[in-house]
Amino acid sequence: MSAPHTDHSPHPTQDSSIHDVPANAAEIASHAVEYLKVGAALLVLTGVTVGLSYVDFGSRSMNIVVGMIVATIKAGLVAAIFMHLKGEKITIWRFLVMTGIFAAGLFFLTYLAHSDPISGTFHATH
Amino acid sequence: MSNLISKYLPLFTDKEVPYTVQARPDTGLYSAKLGIWLFLASEVMLFGGLFSAYIFLRIGAEPGYWPSGLLNVPVGTMNTAILIISSVTVVFAWAALKMRQLGKYRLYMLITILCGAIFLTVKLSYEWPAKFNHFGAFIKKESASKYEAFLGNKHLEATGQSPRWEITGHLLDAPKGSSYAHQAERNAEHFAHETGRHDAVTPAEDDYVIQVDAVNANPSDKDNDRPHFWPRETSTTLAVISAKDVESASVFAPRHSTYFATYFLITGLHGLHVLGGILVFLYLWLPFPGGTGLYKTNPEHLANRVEIAGLFWHFVDLVWIFVFPIFYLL
Repeated sequence: MSAPHTDHSPHPTQDSSIHDVPANAAEIASHAVEYLKVGAALLVLTGVTVGLSYVDFGSRSMNIVVGMIVATIKAGLVAAIFMHLKGEKITIWRFLVMTGIFAAGLFFLTYLAHSDPISGTFHATH
Repeated sequence: MSNLISKYLPLFTDKEVPYTVQARPDTGLYSAKLGIWLFLASEVMLFGGLFSAYIFLRIGAEPGYWPSGLLNVPVGTMNTAILIISSVTVVFAWAALKMRQLGKYRLYMLITILCGAIFLTVKLSYEWPAKFNHFGAFIKKESASKYEAFLGNKHLEATGQSPRWEITGHLLDAPKGSSYAHQAERNAEHFAHETGRHDAVTPAEDDYVIQVDAVNANPSDKDNDRPHFWPRETSTTLAVISAKDVESASVFAPRHSTYFATYFLITGLHGLHVLGGILVFLYLWLPFPGGTGLYKTNPEHLANRVEIAGLFWHFVDLVWIFVFPIFYLL
């Protein structure tokens, strides 16, 4: 995409090109519509989350699963579009993969604490 | 000392910090972006630890001891929408800087700051105080049958639901020596003023008198089996509960239950993040040398700062996306 240099610099008196609109400005402007759409989608999905919580899916756990699926979709939209993860550099993705692994490990520890798989330790005194 | 500072803290010197605008060749990123993502990774672990504590406590809760429907859903929904709107405006503020539109940047940033301030104000001046004036008494299981009219456990058992052990509402009279005596007195005055009834204060010294919530007024009504979107008015029914029959009684503060302990901890920490975001945004919005003042000399640097602060703000929004359903709805 070609650089849309304009004469509408906010500081025309300054003898510098730093206030020129950068080369990717048109691309950023085209993203504005996308940001609005994502914002609207997030608002709608908030309504969906609230609405679905009053629908009986058979059990409380099922409602939690449905609620978490919608929340994950919302979080994905925020991360991909608002946080620019879509098309972000590989370095950051590497960080995030490691973060995911460590966070999963943390939740796995919680699972171990709950399921108490090594029998005879916790209940030995009872 | 000053040597040390100038060597390790370029922030306090005139030395140019490298890669604030240009990407470092090895990472392909300007350095602050790398930094904020490392910070957000540590934030994931911080909130992850608290969320896993939440899961652990919730799964481990005995049936009937994990409350639902105690928070104000319309207010929570509104606050969620406010955070989403602020996430859109902060990304617009960044885009405005990228297109060198200072006026638009100032406007979008101002809206973002206001959204954050409204979120915090609603939380601190409305939601939390309402909880601190709401009372709950968990009834001992062996005494529960005495309070069946408020608990409705026969109906819950017949319909295959979790039992109910708690009677909630506004405390009108507390046992002698209770730390809630003052609150009870104030509520009783209000009750007498509203209803013209003066039977809220009993002569007995070891009774709790609670003006019960709608769910405890008609506990066997099917309509009360599930929480409602619009909070129901407190009934005018009074429950007189002997302190002997009470397992634990408290206002809706962290000490009330593991539910409220995790609620206040997680929403409190989240609130601190919102406050932190507002302060950074204010700095970037005001004409400080590192704020809007930077626009004159290096607008691209300012745009990058706004992008970094925005990334933090989106993360705070992202945390709330999970906080809202797990505490308010599910």
